Amino acid sequence: MSNIIYLDNNATTCCAPEVVEAMLPFFSQLYGNASSMHTFGGQVGKHISNAREQIASLIGALPDEILFTSCGTESDNTAVLSAIETQPEKKHFITTRVEHSAMLAMGDFLDKKGYDVTYLPVDSKGQLNLEELKAAIRPDTALVSIMYANNETGTVFPIQEIAEIVKAKDVLLHVDAVQAVGKEIIDLQKLPIDFLAISGHKLHAPKGIGVLYIRRGTRFRPFLRGGHQERGRRAGTENTPYIIGLGKACDLAAQNLTAERTQVAHLRDILEKGLLDTIPHSIINGDQQHRLPNTTSIAFEAVEGEAILLMLNKFGICASSGSACTSGSLEPSHVLRAMGVPFTYAHGSIRFSLSRYSTEDEIKKVLEVTPEIIRDLRKISPFSRI
Amino acid sequence: MWEYTDIVQDHFLNPRNAGDMPDANAIGEVGSLACGDALKLFLKISDKDVIEKASFQTFGCASAIASSSALTELIIGKSVEEASKITNKEIAAFLGGLPKEKMHCSVMGEEALAAAIRNHKGLPPLAHEEEGKLICKCFGITDKQIQKAIRENGLQTLEEITNFTKAGGACGACLDDIAEILEAEKGNKNITEIRPVTKRPMSNIQRMQKIIQVLEEDIRPRLTQDGGDIELIDVEGNNVIVSLRGACSSCRSSALTLKNVVEATLREQVDANIQVLEA
Repeated sequence: MSNIIYLDNNATTCCAPEVVEAMLPFFSQLYGNASSMHTFGGQVGKHISNAREQIASLIGALPDEILFTSCGTESDNTAVLSAIETQPEKKHFITTRVEHSAMLAMGDFLDKKGYDVTYLPVDSKGQLNLEELKAAIRPDTALVSIMYANNETGTVFPIQEIAEIVKAKDVLLHVDAVQAVGKEIIDLQKLPIDFLAISGHKLHAPKGIGVLYIRRGTRFRPFLRGGHQERGRRAGTENTPYIIGLGKACDLAAQNLTAERTQVAHLRDILEKGLLDTIPHSIINGDQQHRLPNTTSIAFEAVEGEAILLMLNKFGICASSGSACTSGSLEPSHVLRAMGVPFTYAHGSIRFSLSRYSTEDEIKKVLEVTPEIIRDLRKISPFSRI
Repeated sequence: MWEYTDIVQDHFLNPRNAGDMPDANAIGEVGSLACGDALKLFLKISDKDVIEKASFQTFGCASAIASSSALTELIIGKSVEEASKITNKEIAAFLGGLPKEKMHCSVMGEEALAAAIRNHKGLPPLAHEEEGKLICKCFGITDKQIQKAIRENGLQTLEEITNFTKAGGACGACLDDIAEILEAEKGNKNITEIRPVTKRPMSNIQRMQKIIQVLEEDIRPRLTQDGGDIELIDVEGNNVIVSLRGACSSCRSSALTLKNVVEATLREQVDANIQVLEA
């Protein structure tokens, strides 16, 4: 397809051309195994170390706190399993109702294993009540796992305050930062958390590479057992090209962090304001004061999300929806439901997520076609008030 | 992404016979906002019982809109008797097939047609208690609806039943009950006939619209005078779930407001059985 307007960057991003270029030699000339005795393989090791430094530097970590995994989900799963294995006497787990399924499924898994699982509720903006978090922590809490920013609404949690609350009670804290890295300023020297998950393909690296940050001194049990790679913490031959790609992507993210928070946010605001101004009965889902710079979730009353997406698709516009019909489940998104978004709006929620590759012309095109799409769908909706 | 046939895409992007019909003499409504899809079918039936015109209003996904469009194309020009034999299978076939998870959209078409024909005959819409025993509370699906879908489509598994009727697709609490119905159907047990109806309840859409209207036009202005606000979250049967906003959300007497203002008004203007709950 040509003329794609890609506004679904919270689902996945394009690989930056610089990332692709950095990776290429590691598919061909530099294909050696870093664990080999010979120079041909061994020389790859220093490139991996370099990537580890690039990643650590983006989030204020030390290189030896970076563990390579295959994806954000593996990072999330590993943190939870490690926390429960190292503290078998603790049988309580705290997370939130709006986490990614990688974490909700772990909650389910622990629940079935006999753990007590607390899912913290959110308010209508998708924010937590920190008093509830404080009250939920118990002497037998093995782990608190809270996302940095929500993938559907972009709502950013007050992670610094959360970390201080959890660490004051001396409990392990994992942060799923898959949506936040490269968009939010993260400094792990100042942020006292134990684990943090990163996913490569959300920040212009390829799919199939992730990172679990493990603070120095944190007790750890590996998820994959086998060879001694990653100092015995994650077996399996290093995915060298992708590790190099992620390193480069983090380097680029550091350079573009300011642009991400100003230019991308500016375009997002133009899009959001334009849609709200031209389409009556539309609202923003989430916390506009504390939000990822690239994300807007807009709900249009009395129309259904999948229908909107397929109409946008006609114009090459890629977005996503919190509606039930797109996912194959029959209920609207658990995030919007947890926030108490009225059904009149929840089914018609569309998420636009931009990137530094988004342009003003693309936003103009979306603003040109969307009001008509909503108008047409409302014309044939039995619930329309317009 | 769903694998929609070209015909589905065409009927979604260029729906036939979409819109209101002021001179309709039969209207059938099924579904609700909460469920995520709803269809209002308008028919103009001649003195000789021929469907001269059909149009629809649909809230829902592409396949719901396409199924509604297909339904109107299938029934225009047919006698009421011929049309009443059309099942969801024919709607799906007309569209060159639907993804299995979307078969419930074609079932919605069949149900709207049945409702419109009842309406034309002067019969009231079927209320849940008259359609059978409520099985799936999330989507308001009764045992009769499930049995019908099983028989007409030869359904064999729980998953198929959810795909065709949506029953069991949300909380899943009713899956055991659905399994029992499926077992009974496989054993070909006799099902009692639908009992005759006497009263005339509101359809889901009428009810939802009435509740929205009363909230917007009557209740909300009263609350905003005091700096409060209210939002409709959901309607489940007789339960109206709302959220109090603004000054109301922190007001100590908000429980009283809920009972004395919101519930009392809705009971008076919509239905005496309504219960208002806070989300």
